[in-house]
Amino acid sequence: MPHDHDHDAEESGVALRVKALERVLVAKGLVDPAALDVFVEAYQTKIGPRNGAKVVARAWSDPAYRARLLASATAAIGELGFSGLQGEHMVVVENTPETHNLVTCTLCSCYPWPVLGLPPVWYKSPAYRSRSVREPRKVLEEFGVVLPAGKKVRVWDSNADLRYMVLPERPSETAGWSEEQLAAIVTRDGMIGTALV
Amino acid sequence: MDSMHDLGGMHGFGRIVPEPHEPVFHAPWEGRMFALTSAVPFAVPYGDDQFRPAIERMEPSHYLKSSYYEKWYEAVVRLLQERHVISAAELDSSVPLAQSHALAVRADAVLPAIFAGASQARPAAEVSRRFSSGDRVRTRATMGVGHNRLPRYARAKLGVVESVHGPFLVADRNSVGDHNPETLYTVRFTARELWGQTAVEGDSLSLDLWDSYLEHST
Repeated sequence: MPHDHDHDAEESGVALRVKALERVLVAKGLVDPAALDVFVEAYQTKIGPRNGAKVVARAWSDPAYRARLLASATAAIGELGFSGLQGEHMVVVENTPETHNLVTCTLCSCYPWPVLGLPPVWYKSPAYRSRSVREPRKVLEEFGVVLPAGKKVRVWDSNADLRYMVLPERPSETAGWSEEQLAAIVTRDGMIGTALV
Repeated sequence: MDSMHDLGGMHGFGRIVPEPHEPVFHAPWEGRMFALTSAVPFAVPYGDDQFRPAIERMEPSHYLKSSYYEKWYEAVVRLLQERHVISAAELDSSVPLAQSHALAVRADAVLPAIFAGASQARPAAEVSRRFSSGDRVRTRATMGVGHNRLPRYARAKLGVVESVHGPFLVADRNSVGDHNPETLYTVRFTARELWGQTAVEGDSLSLDLWDSYLEHST
């Protein structure tokens, strides 16, 4: 009978190779499957862009917090309980009427995990990595971001130990909104710089 | 290492294709590979500065054809085989496996480790600080065959030091076991310096660069 359905991803070669690797490492006492479960669950349920959205909403609501965030991002983000791997040295860059910021990692996939979680596939793709530094305005256009004439683009290629998050401009129609309402409109791409909020 | 991973500025990769409602992991094996990569260094000491060069040493066409977590698989297996922790024969599931002492990170230690992070800053180290904010600098023209973090598009380019971050382990040297830190700086370049006169005036780009990556420029 012809095999006319797509292979289940878990039957594919790489899935089987990863399973074999886990089996060998467990047998050698080098990893505990229960610890692997905790890593997976943490990044599926606890650590993602909703964290960053809370940071942005606080900064939009509290001028003193915004000032701390722009001056000492790691500590200010820590105030909200977010810290750790791939966010040990955070820098928050603010979009303004004069400047639009865009974050990338041309060499690999550096990304601020505590506030944004793990990066999407497009961020790690050769297309984004190659083009974001050379033609950021074309990249932004493809994402639907049209910048007003005269606005400058500033790209942050996170190549070493610092991790970057964009503080988007607060939409003018949100006056009087609560932090919860504000956080709900903040998108992951807005905090990378490939979208406006 | 001037290999396939150094993609900044290359032509020909086409449109960026975002995936609506993208899951964190596209299949269970991706989550397992992410977790294995995260857990193994607790038992077999290696860090990002060994892991990344293991990816960068992939043959270029293999690198481009591999998905993200396939690259992680290749790197972890390479690092463990080079350290004689596992063998190709053991990865063949028909071979019986000997048990050895349990070195694994415990499940209840994972979240504290994630939230603690693994900073490579060495704030107490006494290191040279040759540059200050506002200094004009030129980046090195070549970087040799080892791991490094100076992308080709930013070599032999003029920039301005914008901020000084104190001592950090240098990825190049840390990758080969040299833990002497250097001052890390954020350096800003004009888009025209990097890409020529067709770039928009006023646009700019920043990189984080160690002391030995830079020379004074008049």
